[in-house]
This record gives sequence, structure tokens and C-alpha cells, in this order.
Amino acid sequence: MEFISIIIMALLVNNVVLAQFLGICPFLGVSNKVETAAGMGAAVVFVMSLANLVTFLVNAYILIPLHIEFMQTISFIFVIASLVQVVEIILKKTAPSLYQALGIYLPLITTNCAVLGIAILAVQKDYNLITSVVYAAATAVGFTLAMVLMAGIREHMEMVGYPKGMKGFPMSLLIAGLLSLAFMGFTGMVK
Amino acid sequence: MSNLKHFTNGLIKENPTFVLVLGACPTLAVTTASINGLGMGAATTFVLVFSNVLIALFKNFIPDKVRIAAFIVVIATFVTIVDLVMKAFTPDLYKTLGIFIPLIVVNCIILGRAEAFAQKNKVLPALLDGLGMGLGFTLAITLLASVRELLGNGSVFDIKLVSENAKTMLLFILPPGAFITYGYMIAIVNRLKAKYNL
Repeated sequence: MEFISIIIMALLVNNVVLAQFLGICPFLGVSNKVETAAGMGAAVVFVMSLANLVTFLVNAYILIPLHIEFMQTISFIFVIASLVQVVEIILKKTAPSLYQALGIYLPLITTNCAVLGIAILAVQKDYNLITSVVYAAATAVGFTLAMVLMAGIREHMEMVGYPKGMKGFPMSLLIAGLLSLAFMGFTGMVK
Repeated sequence: MSNLKHFTNGLIKENPTFVLVLGACPTLAVTTASINGLGMGAATTFVLVFSNVLIALFKNFIPDKVRIAAFIVVIATFVTIVDLVMKAFTPDLYKTLGIFIPLIVVNCIILGRAEAFAQKNKVLPALLDGLGMGLGFTLAITLLASVRELLGNGSVFDIKLVSENAKTMLLFILPPGAFITYGYMIAIVNRLKAKYNL
């Protein structure tokens, strides 16, 4: 039951992009097409779950025993940046087809603040190892959901006429605002 | 380019928030009240100025291949300083800004300026560039935050501008309001820039 409420919370109620404002850059940047949005989403699901697993271990077995919790920001960003590199190298060697699908999105993920943000949030919420990974995976699926919805709407918007001054970022932000409004309807679903 | 130009560049012409649209996460997340915008802007400016200066100082010692990693360590160090200082001296603001203080590390304005400007320039221009970009960011998010606070709560910097009983549009301090206000403000800035050729 606890898992179900965490999953619904992370996926819909507290959607990472539309309610918590994490990962806005890729959300606005690579949401032109549904296909690329889904690819980016898959890469984020993969990296975010792995990042939470590793940062949990770093926090529990290095930072806390040594009483250097203030090093959290530095160590986490370093772990995430190197993790992305390692994942890229391993995928390239062992799963070339997966690498071809996700490869171009991997370097972009280092600058995705959602990965670092969720890792820090999981520590703040005192989750244990399994809960932390479930939370990360659910959040990343929520990110993918928002990305794909956004890309679908933007594909349609290309065929519609609207004022020239609204082209680009302003229009994307308005669409995001309306999506966020729709997601607010989920508030109160989980106590 | 003269030193003054390095400074004013970030204020209007290449304003990080309205023109380059960098660092959108804190811009949207913390702008629920003017004071939060100002606090976030000040924290980011501090990190931006010091990381720019340090990177400009050490640019000849940082190997090209690991420069991004080196930049991130420099930035993360200053973010940790800000984090601890704010926790000690402004606990209320620290609580409202929450996770977005450590997340200054991944604010693309800072890494962007390190990569595009600080590592190619001397200390003084890097300092002025950091200061200009930081102030541009601070002004922009304080403005955005003030508009949202005014529409959503009827006040600016906690000073009530409408009567107590007046109805305000709560939507604007909720998440959707952030996206909508920011979108319209970019559109207005684009329009003004085109009109006055800035």
C-alpha cells in the first residue's frame, strides 16, 4: 500500500515537471516530437533509478558514517555525472541497439536537475533503499508522461496559426501551464 | 569590448531569464513571492561571480578534457558555502527555497557562463560578466515574482496593495500560474526588444 501511494504521488499528484518544476530544460528543449520525448523519457527512467540507488549507498555508507553530510551536493553531482558516463560506455559495449536509441540523450541528463533533485529529496524524506528506487522510477515515469503529452500537443500546435510573438518558448510555457492546471485535478487523490 | 559592456550584456541584451531562457527551474519554482525571487537571485549571483572569477584565475591549470568536471566541483563548492550560510542566517528563506538552493549546481546559467565566457577571459571581465548576468537574473525573477505575488496575493514584497477583502487570483501563485506568467513575460520582452531594437 505504501508503494502504491508513493507511485501515484510521484506520477500524478506531485508530477516532477508540472508541480515541482524539476527538469524544465529538457521538458521545453526536447519536446518537439513524441518520439524524441519518449526516448529522452526512457533514458531518464534508467539513469534516475540507478542514480538514486547509488546516491543512497553513498549517503548511507560514506557520508553519514564520516559525518560529512555537508558534502552531499558535491558528492551527489559528481556521482551522477560519472554514472552517466559509465552507463554510456557500458551501453555502447554491451547493448549497441539500446545505445543507439538512448545514446544521444545520455549526456544531456547530467544537466537535468530532476536527477539531482530527486536524489536529494529521497534523502530528505528518509526513504530506505527500495522505497528510494521505486520513488525515483515513478518520478521518472511521471517525467516521461509529461514530456510525451507536451510533445503531442506541440506537434498539433505546428498546424495551428497563432500570433508570431508567441512562437517558441512563450507558447510552450502556456501549454505547460494548461497541462499543469489539468494535473492539479489529481490533488487530494492520495492522503 | 569595453568592460562596461561585459556588465550590461547580461542585464538586457542577453538576459539569462527572458532572452536566453536558461535556469528555468528556479525561475518557475521559487517565484511565488517577491522576496523569494530576490533571495534566489542573490544566492545565484554570489555563486556565479565567485565561480567565474575562480575559473578565470585557474583557466591555464585546468586540463581541457576534464574541464566540465572541474567547473562542476568549483560551482558545487560555492553552492555548499551559500547553502550553509543561508541555513545559519536566513532560516526562513532557506526553508521556502528548499531544494532549489543545492540545485543551483545544475543551474545552466552558471555552467554556461563558465564554459562560454570565464574560461576564455581575464579575471576582471569574468567578474563583471558574472555580476551582470547575476543581476540580470535577479531582476528578472524578482519582476516575475512580483507580478505573481501581485496577481495571486494582492501584494508586492509583503506590502498589501489592494484592500483586505479584495478577491485575488490564487491561480497565479500555484504552479500553473508560474508557467503562464513566465510565458507571457517572455512574449512581452520579445515584443519590446523588437520594437526598440535592443
